[in-house]
Amino acid sequence: MQFFLQQCLIGLTNGALIALVALGYTMVYGIIGLINFAHGDLIMLGACLALSLVAALGIGVADAGGMAAVGPAGTWLGIALLVGLCGLFCGGLNVAVDRIVYKPLRTAPKLAPLVSAIGVSFIFMNIGLFWLGPADRSFPELLPAANLLPGDGLQFTWKDLLVVLVVGPLMVALSLLVRTTKLGKAMRAVSQDQTAAALVGIDVDRVIAATFFIGGFLGGAASVIYGLYINTISFQMGFQNGLYAFTAAVLGGIGSIPGAVVGGIVIGLVRSLSSAYVGERWTGAIVFAILIVILVFRPEGLLGRRTKEKV
Amino acid sequence: MRTFLRERWDLVALGVLAVAPLVVPALGGALGGQVTTLFIYCILALGLNVMVGYTGLVHLGIAAFFGIGAYLMAILTVPMYPFQVGWLAAAIISVLATAGVGLALGAPTLRLRGDYLAIVTLGFGEVVKVTLRNLEQITGGMKGLNPVPPPGAGVKLGGLDLGLAFAIDPRWFYYLALAALAGVVVAMRRLEHSRLGRAWVAVREDELAASAMGISATRVKLSAFAMSSAVAGLAGCLYAGSLSTTADPNAYDFNRSIMVLCAVILGGLGSIPGTLLGVAILVGFDTVLAPWADSWIQQMNINPTGSSLLSFSGWRLAIFGLALVIVMRYRPEGLVPSRRLAAELHEAQP
Repeated sequence: MQFFLQQCLIGLTNGALIALVALGYTMVYGIIGLINFAHGDLIMLGACLALSLVAALGIGVADAGGMAAVGPAGTWLGIALLVGLCGLFCGGLNVAVDRIVYKPLRTAPKLAPLVSAIGVSFIFMNIGLFWLGPADRSFPELLPAANLLPGDGLQFTWKDLLVVLVVGPLMVALSLLVRTTKLGKAMRAVSQDQTAAALVGIDVDRVIAATFFIGGFLGGAASVIYGLYINTISFQMGFQNGLYAFTAAVLGGIGSIPGAVVGGIVIGLVRSLSSAYVGERWTGAIVFAILIVILVFRPEGLLGRRTKEKV
Repeated sequence: MRTFLRERWDLVALGVLAVAPLVVPALGGALGGQVTTLFIYCILALGLNVMVGYTGLVHLGIAAFFGIGAYLMAILTVPMYPFQVGWLAAAIISVLATAGVGLALGAPTLRLRGDYLAIVTLGFGEVVKVTLRNLEQITGGMKGLNPVPPPGAGVKLGGLDLGLAFAIDPRWFYYLALAALAGVVVAMRRLEHSRLGRAWVAVREDELAASAMGISATRVKLSAFAMSSAVAGLAGCLYAGSLSTTADPNAYDFNRSIMVLCAVILGGLGSIPGTLLGVAILVGFDTVLAPWADSWIQQMNINPTGSSLLSFSGWRLAIFGLALVIVMRYRPEGLVPSRRLAAELHEAQP
């Protein structure tokens, strides 16, 4: 029982991370109907930057206790800085790619932007290859491995807390942004009908750019947490992780923001439970089999029909 | 007149390829094997072209069907299994079974929107790869299944042991693959102008209008899926046969699928010569251009430190990616376009 609960806890933390990436897919899909194949590789580039920044800022030197040499306050400040910088980097890069590659193809048949996105993903992967080299790179442990829960039963470490601390506020901020601000309203309008939105004076291109920026920013934040949580990054990590996140977005109902969160958590749970009970090497097959089954029986996803709010 | 000339060109090309092994001794060595592989990829790409080019359905997992064909072929012929079916029978069974797998996957998923279908095929590709890798008792895991016996093993043709001939001289397989490719090209050309081929194109251009004209869109798409899978399965059979092993499951992963898709898109969607050219360019890039450029850079002494930034093959992915982006932006119909698709693609742009 305790083992099961532990796996669920791991799954929840993992799922929160997947949800953050899934949001990037779902928002872009909701607004221009593009499966952004390059999103996973964008996050890989974010992780590259995070790794370089850790070294540059000097927060990567951990002492025996697992805490960085700059002290606990410095480490947390450093992580906050990393999240911000990588978020800006990925958001900016995403907007630039949209401007250069996808924008000229807005009216082209759907195949064109999809194939272009695959092309962009290749280019990102090549950049990552030069940045990291062909082998896996280990990401430094910045946080102590101490258990935060009483007793030696369940493990909930600083790393898990970090995921919650970053993902929680970002989700709240995002839903506030979409629900209450003028930009959020414009995003909802554009996702429903671009022409009508343009007719009432919404600058559609600006709204699309903002969507790409927000999706990229969340991805950049996810890349930092990924590095700190998983501790291994490689230039090939984007494909697999991107696919898991995309599966989560589809599972939740693509285009739906709460759906991406729910989907992410479900996929996280499926991953950790299947790794624990069936075997790690089957996890990929199980996740994608679930994806196919969902698409066949409920293509609108878990929350796809019920929520009207689509971005 | 146009058609006549075009067909004459094909005959010339076929003639050159048929005579080449007799004139070029290198084709009796490793080069022969490489050209055979090129033919096999051409067949695979023509299979994908049915789905992506004619019918306009994005398929991101063609390598899975390639793999299924190869593994079925191996299971039916390797000594490890009790079946030991003859080569031709094994090939026919594998091709039909691969088509069956395509039908089984396509029947429930073809009613999905185009981009969801792309994801289903991608997911299926991953499932197949993981399964091939992990079901070690059946697929041999990372070692793959071998040895796949050469075609005609044990058959004697007037004192010539056919199996032995195939095993020793790569030119035998060269001719077999060339014949298969020629057969597929002829079949595709006939299909293109048949009732079914026209229905594929009609569904691609406007599914609603096609349905209104009495075409059953689902059935037409399903037939495209089955045809695509069958041709990919055939390519898989030949692949396993020519290497006499299935190789490890990574030969059938997403990368392979995407490279074949790149070839079809670069060459020209829905165009047979375009598809063949696309494969030739991609294979040529990896086996001819990249090694040549790398050795040239070395000779010129531009890169004394051996940095991967200054090697040509280090940029492989970026070059392919850039090519895809540029082609989609400026020439979405590819290098040798099918006229109908070119018209359709340009009409959609403002």
